[in-house]
Formats: sequence, structure tokens, C-alpha cells
Amino acid sequence: MTWTWFHRLGSPPYVYGLARRLTPWLGWPAALLILGGLWGGLALAPPDYQQGDGFRIIYVHAPSAWMSLMVYTTMAIAAGVGLIWRIKVAHAVAASCAPIGASFTFAALVTGALWGQPMWGTYWQWDPRLTSELILLFLYLGYMGLRAGIEDTQRADRASAVLAVVGVINVPIIHYSVTWWNSLHQAPSVMRLAKPTLPASMLVPLLVMLLGFTLLFGALLLVRLRAEILTRERASSWIREALGA
Amino acid sequence: MNKAQSSALRALAAPEWEPTIGTPALSSFEAARGALRRDLTLAFRQRGQLIQPLAFFAMVTLLFPLAVSPQLGRLREIAPGVLWSAELLASLLALEFLFRDDAQDGTLEQYALSGQSLTALLFAKTTAHWLLTGLPLALMAPLAALSLGAPASAVPGILLSVGLGSVTLSLIGAIGAALTLGMKRSGALLSLLTLPLSLPVLIFGARATQLAISGETLVAPLELLGALAVLGITLAPFAAAAGVRISLE
Amino acid sequence: MREFLDMGGYAAFVWPSYAVTLAAIALNIYWARRLLAQARAAARRRLAAQDQRA
Repeated sequence: MTWTWFHRLGSPPYVYGLARRLTPWLGWPAALLILGGLWGGLALAPPDYQQGDGFRIIYVHAPSAWMSLMVYTTMAIAAGVGLIWRIKVAHAVAASCAPIGASFTFAALVTGALWGQPMWGTYWQWDPRLTSELILLFLYLGYMGLRAGIEDTQRADRASAVLAVVGVINVPIIHYSVTWWNSLHQAPSVMRLAKPTLPASMLVPLLVMLLGFTLLFGALLLVRLRAEILTRERASSWIREALGA
Repeated sequence: MNKAQSSALRALAAPEWEPTIGTPALSSFEAARGALRRDLTLAFRQRGQLIQPLAFFAMVTLLFPLAVSPQLGRLREIAPGVLWSAELLASLLALEFLFRDDAQDGTLEQYALSGQSLTALLFAKTTAHWLLTGLPLALMAPLAALSLGAPASAVPGILLSVGLGSVTLSLIGAIGAALTLGMKRSGALLSLLTLPLSLPVLIFGARATQLAISGETLVAPLELLGALAVLGITLAPFAAAAGVRISLE
Repeated sequence: MREFLDMGGYAAFVWPSYAVTLAAIALNIYWARRLLAQARAAARRRLAAQDQRA
């Protein structure tokens, strides 16, 4: 196996062109899948026998929560690659991830609260998943705050990369400790957001939504990545070609 | 630079510290021990600073009887939460002393350029920091717990859990302090970076304190606190060293 | 149709959830595109400034 593909991924002009060509191939399928998932989730899936139509929130809550974790993991891997091999493009990927992840973490929290009110009788329940999600939001905010606090881009890249790697080691520990904490204080009457085995008519729209969100993340990342590369590459003649100027 | 610091720097420049080109004259362990001794000496010449986190810890503890209720029965229930919130905040406050002076007078740059392992030197600095702030806080926590209605039988358990938990807090704090080194207004950011990472310590520590107060066995949360401390000792100094190098660039 | 909009009595929770999530998607698309447009404009300005100096 040759490593040329890996080295080419470190070259800003190559990645810029690749990102431009790939974006529609991710963006349009994402749009179709999300629209299909919405239709499936809102209209095709039958109401849940316990939660009625309230369970339909799962089709937006679960993909947002999935997005929040997937984006953080992607960010940390990109940051680690950038730190170890000193690849500028990898740092640009990590920097592009954070705002996307933070916004979907926020969406997951809001939809979780909106799901909680009819199911638990209260908007906020210190449920381990919601609590972990809230902590994840603070991890994103810390990452973005650190980047914003350092003016020099290269230093911001490397410092925030260390934080992302430390954070990703901590995410499972935080999740475990929060689950452990919750199991100690669990009131027996509280209904959990547990997912029993879903019948196919409910499961398929969920999977479609998850895939759609994943592709959407890819498309958003590629657009942001191009912007990051343009801002970072100060005086490069290839930019002239790329912009067609 | 004040007198205490300059004399300590002279001690650093003494013959046994003189670096030779190529191979360092000292082993990493000796260098780390020297850094540890230097930090302790410096700190004991400025004892006033050491009181501050302790006073802060006591002050936060005092807020709760005034804000909630003077009844010991009610205070005993919230005592673990009060203690650990105060502990997290006090250790956050103490982080200011960890690297600030050494970054300002160039000692950290000397460390980075010394050819010694920066990881070992920073581990020594963090150890000194724990001995100077974490350990006194751990010694004070039982007193605060007693004032919140904890029985005397809870003292060893509280001492142990706060002592063990504060090791991890110092190590996490070292990463945060290293990454925000050289920023002008880093206080709010530092808390945003370190507090989310400190939450597992808070959870296990508060649980251990709760069990100690109710007189039950606290082996399980202590083991978890110990596991966190071991993980922190093995990984955090590397992250802190990377952070210091990046901040000094 | 009315029955669909009512969501079995859960309308007040289901629709805001979908609205928030779709707003997050729309905002993300808008932010990403605006960021790219700004970066391209800035790069064009830099190139123009270089040309003038040359």
C-alpha cells in the first residue's frame, strides 16, 4: 500500500479542489435523505403505543445527539493527526468542526428538553444522556474559547489540538461517571428515554436521518474547510487559479 | 524579580546545575527533584500566597449555612456537594500560582531549553503545587465538613478522598494553565477548560464524602478516584508539556 | 391534515423540536456559505493588492 494519498491530503491546493468537487456529492444526497427521513418520521412511522406521536421527536433528537459526538470525535482525530504529523490541513479540519458540533449539541439539548416535558412531566431531568450532552456543549465552548483567545493561527491550532485530544480521552470517562452518578440517585418513577427494539417502520426513517445528518456534516465540513484553507494560505499562486481571478 | 526568586535562580545557576552541551549533566529525576525543591523553597518565602486558596475554601463553605440554613441536619445532607464545589473552585483559584511567575521571569523557557525532559520538570512543578495547595486543602476539608455537621468518624474518609481527588485536579489544572499561558485575561477561559474535565473527580469525590458521612464503606469511589489519579499522572504531564511548548513558541 | 398538525396532542413539543433542528441545519448551511464567501472575497482583495504592488 502506498502512502501517496495520505501525503496528497496534506496539500492545501489538492484538498481545496477535492473539497469543491465532493461537496455536491455529499450535500444533495444529504438533502434528499433528510427530507425523506422527515417524511418517514412524521407521516409513515406509526405512533408509538406508549408515547403516541410524542416519540417522533426521536427523528430529530437522536441524529443531533449522534452528530454532536461524531463531530467531536472527528475533531479530535483531525487535531491528533495535525499534532503528530504537523499537517496544516488537519488543523483546518479540526477548526471547522467545532461550530458545527456545538450547534447540533445545542439542538440535541433543546429537543431533549422538549421530549422530556411530555414524557417526564418536566423540561429538564438530570438524565445521564442529557447531562453528558450538556457537558459536551461546555467542552465545545472551551475549545472555541481557547481558539478565540489565541491570535496566532498556528499556536491556536496546536493548543486547541492538545485540548481536543485531552477532551476526547475524557468524554468516555465523563459519560461513565455521569451514568454511575445517575444510577445512584435514580428515582424509580422516572421514565427513561430508553429505546426498546423499534419495528422497521419506525427504525428505517431513523437510520435514514442518521445517514442524512452524517452526509450533511461532511458537506458542511468541506465548505468550511475551503474557507479555512483560503484564509490560512496567505500568498499562494494556486489561490489565483482556484478563484479563477 | 523579588529577592526570594533571584536567590533561587542563583541556586539554579550554581555549578551542579550548569548544563553541559550535548548530554544534560543531571538525570531527569535529579532535575525534577531540583525543580521541586526550588518551587517549595520559593513558596515558603511567600507564605501569604499559600493562605489565599485556603481562605477562599473556608469562605465558600461559610456561604452555605448563611444561604441555606444553620440546621446541621440539613447542612449534613448537602455537605459533600458544598465541600467538593468549594474544592474545585479553590483549586481553580490556586492554578494562578502554578506557572504565572515562572512564565513571567523566563524560568519556564529555561526549563524548555534545558535539554531536560520538560514533562518531568512540569510533573515536579505540579507535585509542588499539589503539596502547597491540594494537600493543605485536603487537610482543611475535614474541618469544613465538621462545621457542616459531619460526624468525627468521617474525618479519615474525607481526608483521603479530597487528598486523592486533588491530585487529579492539580494535573488537569496544569494542562489548562499550560494552554492559557501568556493570555492576558485567562481566568474565565481557564475555568471553562478545566471544570468540565474535573467533573468525574467531583462525582466520585462527592460520593466518597457522602459515604464517609453516613458511615458506610467508601472503597468503590476511592478506587475510582485512585484510577483517575493514576491516569492523570501518566498522561497529564505530557499534555501540559506540549501546552507549555506551544505557548512559549 | 388537522389531525397531522395536532400530533396526537403533542404538537407543542413535536413541532418546536423539528423547528429547532431544521433551524440548526439552515443556520449551519448559511454560516458555512457565508464563511466561504468572505474568505474568497478576502483572498481576492489580497491578490488585487499584490497585483497593484507588482
